[in-house]
Amino acid sequence: MTQSTMTSTHTPIEKKSIQIQVNGVIQQRHVEPRTSLVDFLRDELGLTGTHVGCEHGVCGACTVMLNDEPVRACCMFAVQADEMRVTTVEGLAPERGVMTQIQDAFCEKHALQCGYCTPGMLMACHALVAHNPQPTEAQVRDAISSNICRCTGYQQIVDAVMYATQAQKA
Amino acid sequence: MSPATFRYIGKHRRAVEHKRFVVGKGRYAADIQLPGMLHIALVASPYASAEIKRIDASEALAMPGVHAVLTGEELCRHIDAMLPGVDAPQVTRYPLASDVTRYAGEWVAAVVADSRALAEDAAECVHVDYAPLPCVVDPQQALEPHSTLVHPAHGSNVIFHRKFVWGPVEEDFAKCDHQLSYQVRWARNATVPIETFAVACQWQDSTGILDVWASIQMPKFPDQVAKALRLPGNAVRVHFDVDVGGSYGVKRGLKHAVLVGYLAQKLGRPVRLVEDRLENMRGGDMQGPDRVFDVTLGFQKNGEIKAMKMRAVDDIGAYSGRSPLQLGKPVGAIVGPYRIQSVEYDAMAVMTNKTPQEAVRGFGQAPTNYAIETGIDKIARFLHMDRIALRRINLIGKDEFPYLIPSGTHYDSGDYDTVMTKALDTAAFDDLLKERDQLRSQGLLAGIGISTCLEPSGGNSSFEPLFNPKNKTTTWMDSCLVRVDLSGAVTALMGTSTSGQAHETMVSTVIGEVLQIEPDGIRVLHADSLNALPSNSPVGSRMAIMLGGAAAGAAKKIKHKLLQIAAHNLGVAVEALVYEDGQVQATHNPSLKLSWDALVEIAHRHFHKLPEGMEPGLQEKFVWEVPTGGMLPTDDGRVQMYPCHSFESHVVLASIDPDTCKVTVRKYVCGHDCGVMISPDVVHGMTYGGIAHGLGAALMEKFAFSTEGQLLSGTFMDYLLPTSAEVPAITIVDHCTPSPLTEFGQKGSGEAGYLGSPAAIASAVNDALSTQGAHIDHLPMTPQAIWTALSEARSVKASNTVN
Amino acid sequence: MKAAPFDYVRADTLSHALETLNQYGGDAKLIAGGQSLVPMMAMRLARPACLIDINRLDSLKDVQLHDHEVRLGAGVRQRDLEFHPQLNSHLPLIAKGIQWVGHEQTRNRGTVGGSLVHADPSAELALAAMVLDVRLQLESTTEGVRTLQADAFFLGPMFTAVGETEALTDIIWPVWQGGRIGTAFEETAIRKGDFAMASAACQIQTTLEGSISKVSFGLGGVDGTPRVYPELAATLIGQHMSPALAQQVAHEAAQQTQPGSDMHASAAYRKHLAQALLTRALLSAYQESLHAQLPQDR
Repeated sequence: MTQSTMTSTHTPIEKKSIQIQVNGVIQQRHVEPRTSLVDFLRDELGLTGTHVGCEHGVCGACTVMLNDEPVRACCMFAVQADEMRVTTVEGLAPERGVMTQIQDAFCEKHALQCGYCTPGMLMACHALVAHNPQPTEAQVRDAISSNICRCTGYQQIVDAVMYATQAQKA
Repeated sequence: MSPATFRYIGKHRRAVEHKRFVVGKGRYAADIQLPGMLHIALVASPYASAEIKRIDASEALAMPGVHAVLTGEELCRHIDAMLPGVDAPQVTRYPLASDVTRYAGEWVAAVVADSRALAEDAAECVHVDYAPLPCVVDPQQALEPHSTLVHPAHGSNVIFHRKFVWGPVEEDFAKCDHQLSYQVRWARNATVPIETFAVACQWQDSTGILDVWASIQMPKFPDQVAKALRLPGNAVRVHFDVDVGGSYGVKRGLKHAVLVGYLAQKLGRPVRLVEDRLENMRGGDMQGPDRVFDVTLGFQKNGEIKAMKMRAVDDIGAYSGRSPLQLGKPVGAIVGPYRIQSVEYDAMAVMTNKTPQEAVRGFGQAPTNYAIETGIDKIARFLHMDRIALRRINLIGKDEFPYLIPSGTHYDSGDYDTVMTKALDTAAFDDLLKERDQLRSQGLLAGIGISTCLEPSGGNSSFEPLFNPKNKTTTWMDSCLVRVDLSGAVTALMGTSTSGQAHETMVSTVIGEVLQIEPDGIRVLHADSLNALPSNSPVGSRMAIMLGGAAAGAAKKIKHKLLQIAAHNLGVAVEALVYEDGQVQATHNPSLKLSWDALVEIAHRHFHKLPEGMEPGLQEKFVWEVPTGGMLPTDDGRVQMYPCHSFESHVVLASIDPDTCKVTVRKYVCGHDCGVMISPDVVHGMTYGGIAHGLGAALMEKFAFSTEGQLLSGTFMDYLLPTSAEVPAITIVDHCTPSPLTEFGQKGSGEAGYLGSPAAIASAVNDALSTQGAHIDHLPMTPQAIWTALSEARSVKASNTVN
Repeated sequence: MKAAPFDYVRADTLSHALETLNQYGGDAKLIAGGQSLVPMMAMRLARPACLIDINRLDSLKDVQLHDHEVRLGAGVRQRDLEFHPQLNSHLPLIAKGIQWVGHEQTRNRGTVGGSLVHADPSAELALAAMVLDVRLQLESTTEGVRTLQADAFFLGPMFTAVGETEALTDIIWPVWQGGRIGTAFEETAIRKGDFAMASAACQIQTTLEGSISKVSFGLGGVDGTPRVYPELAATLIGQHMSPALAQQVAHEAAQQTQPGSDMHASAAYRKHLAQALLTRALLSAYQESLHAQLPQDR
């Protein structure tokens, strides 16, 4: 880290050098400390799949995986994620042209409409299934309760996760 | 075509839009990068009412990365005012306030900088001297004769008032055995999409075109942007292929686009505004109806409801867009699904120093349905009659369609009793009663709610002349262009934006149905406003009807052309041909046939084989007026409002913790009839979502203001959106009464769920509270509100006991 | 909602963090999880000149289990605490309360110390800390180490005794001895995960005959800080809990609060809620203690 300097409103802050592995690729950048993780992903790396909904940690549209755990990317500065691993919606599928079972189930069960909350919702669902491969409906509802959707009323999202996880069982 | 024989319509099909959204490749307004783009942050007034004495932007302008600070004083000189949808030319509105500000959060200056963060830094350094003025926040006070005026030039705070009398209301009341009066209040809420409004504009001197990328859902948006900016219509190109992250009515963004468009022209660089959530909640002007209803119903002792008087006062805030018209749309379903013979409707829109209202899903029908349904339950209680039996007595019967309601609208088709019965059966109503009673025996308050509500669909401009006789408009069209290219692939073009309704899927399904080809191979694109055919955007649950109808119309023309080419080339009359799966053959001689590819080649390449006078190529457009549209209202305010009438019946089981007073919705069934569903998955999805919106309005959502006009619920910590923990599992049961007015019998359903859900949840809560002699007639029914209702009932009981 | 500019230092050691805090003399803030701080900075309600990141300091992430007490580093993640195998045996009250703390996503980042220093009057961990009468260890370069009891730590809404150049380093939670312990955590919010309109927490120990031998209870969200009631609790010793007794005690406790009013809940409703929740908590904790294991069964 570079030497810090006292600040006033108009004195520019030195950028910090950070290195974050995003979707398997190490990204090295210089960022202002105040750049949020979600803004870093969207503006600096061009990964616009993660969305901004409230910037105060309530709606969950900005959810990404940080070291394999779902976190709200608007409640973190990019500098805090230095040397960590981030997965965004663009990095969920194993390869080009392939989708995860949950992404596919979202399509099959119409678990999205406008698509804005969907990346964050997918993160919450993947996180759930990673440690609970056969969730009950109640557990699915609980897992997605930190992500707000204004289109779907949640029913088809729950249906999609149940469909994806039953398919695994079968 | 009958529902039983559809090949693609009505079937499960994966929405084509999903492919990009689930992999994070949606393209929303804030995703669009334009080289050299600048960013805006707003300076907002902290006062409900104030005079702007002075704006000093010198410190902000001196900051690195800041390109401009625009004030209202400059902007208002260069643009035309935005006007209300009613006749109130003194109630002008601009994106930035100039002399006075009229609500806390109103935008006063726009800072343009290299980044949003820098713009926010600079916005803090714009120094505005305000002289606070008296404000009026309570709509009742705003109606008083000596009230502070929000727009002194208008002369009063009433921006619209009209009393409609349809039928012999007083006579009918005089003949009634009983009448019952009540008041309900629908608190200000809105559909609050997770994506805020965002707009980017770029002006090119070389072409004289202003390009606009916006998160938009608004009729005539390009025209109004052009008009405000004093540009000809063909100088504004709105890109309708921008993905919109939810709107449900509210994304009108006219002031945002005019502001950004002006700055893009002034600075010669692309400029973008992405509202942050604080700007959006307070100054984005996307709040919904804020209404008090006073209703009197006249009925017989056998339960027949004969007449209704309804007074609706809506607090629209400090400025007006189309918001007062939200009192007008419900005219088209003012009696709900009931055989009420005469109606007096007294509608008033009043201004206060609050954030302005905008169109919200249903355009006023949801609050109106809540008001009507509350009365039905009250009558049932009054007569000691079962609520379901009372409804059966009053519901318009399936053989009475088309049914003319007193306000002049014909309901096209329906079978309300069957839908309600289906909902009750699916809910296993007798078991539900047992469950309710069991919950009560466990010490909870528990109740069942029923609602039976109209869902007018199809849209129309008819409430515009109804509420503003100077505005003699009767056109409300939509369009589609379908082309088959040289390779035989089909492409369709729609002329407006999409915000989750899966229009690409719906249009390709329709075209596939008509042309009998696989819908997944049909590409549907969004035009821009310079190359689009006319559209009035997805409002009023109209797209399945209007865009679906236009796509079918264009596809039918293509099919007809193919038949004509085949007839000409096979030497057979068109009547002796059959079209099947894209190929045409002679009915009585199957060896005489032409394949799709052969027909396409003739159309595109073999002019010598075309019938005389036929246009080469294979492309057809279809532009059409809304069915039953095209008429002005009568002098006494009767009008055919919307063409098609969908219907929903909700059955809800809810419990209330008697100590915390928190409501839990436990079971939810919705019976739904929107005629033939083109895309059932899409319809169901919007119904679930509408129910969730309704649950929020019923239980927790409110834009609350302090007595000084400060918005108290300006973040998601205080404006509470329901999560999956609050929305229960929902079961939808479908019914189909096809519309006689549309190609496939489809009706619209974009507003489904929301129109009947608050009424049903209120019905359940009141059923629960009735055991305690309590009731609640205002939304949202928060734990606090329920506790107050229970406490009041207890003290009434106590004082009665004493007496 | 972009934060005002600030500088950023990732602390290598606790001393480094404290030295930097001292250097900034009150203009710097420590950041661990940031789940409360970052939104406040986004709204520009908090504008530190420097953020000192202590999230990687292993010395603050220690969980030390002893028979009589549990020592938690301030940097222990809420999520790690939630899933700690010995949480229920040593700190059953936290085991009950932690499920109410925000959402899974915020618990993945938020820390125990962060929640306590943020000191929201309705924070679950703050209420648990008061009920269990924890000791909080603070350190600065100028004053060294000092320890405060919980009731001297929480001074008001969002306001603690932590000095401008001090860091909370450890929280010591007493572990009740002797078994037959029951706990309860009751909370009412409009939505799951929201700030509680009121909350009640209780830990109770009973004798084999069912009389109360030790009890502590408190209310959250109904005053400037969480409230505990040692005098009222003392009146319960030797008694058997009953619905009437629980209600009486809860009523008395609620009456002593001075809740605020906001758009969600009036002061009167909060008092009512506090009483209702505390009644439930007292009864529920008592019932649990009657059926709880003895220490040798653990």
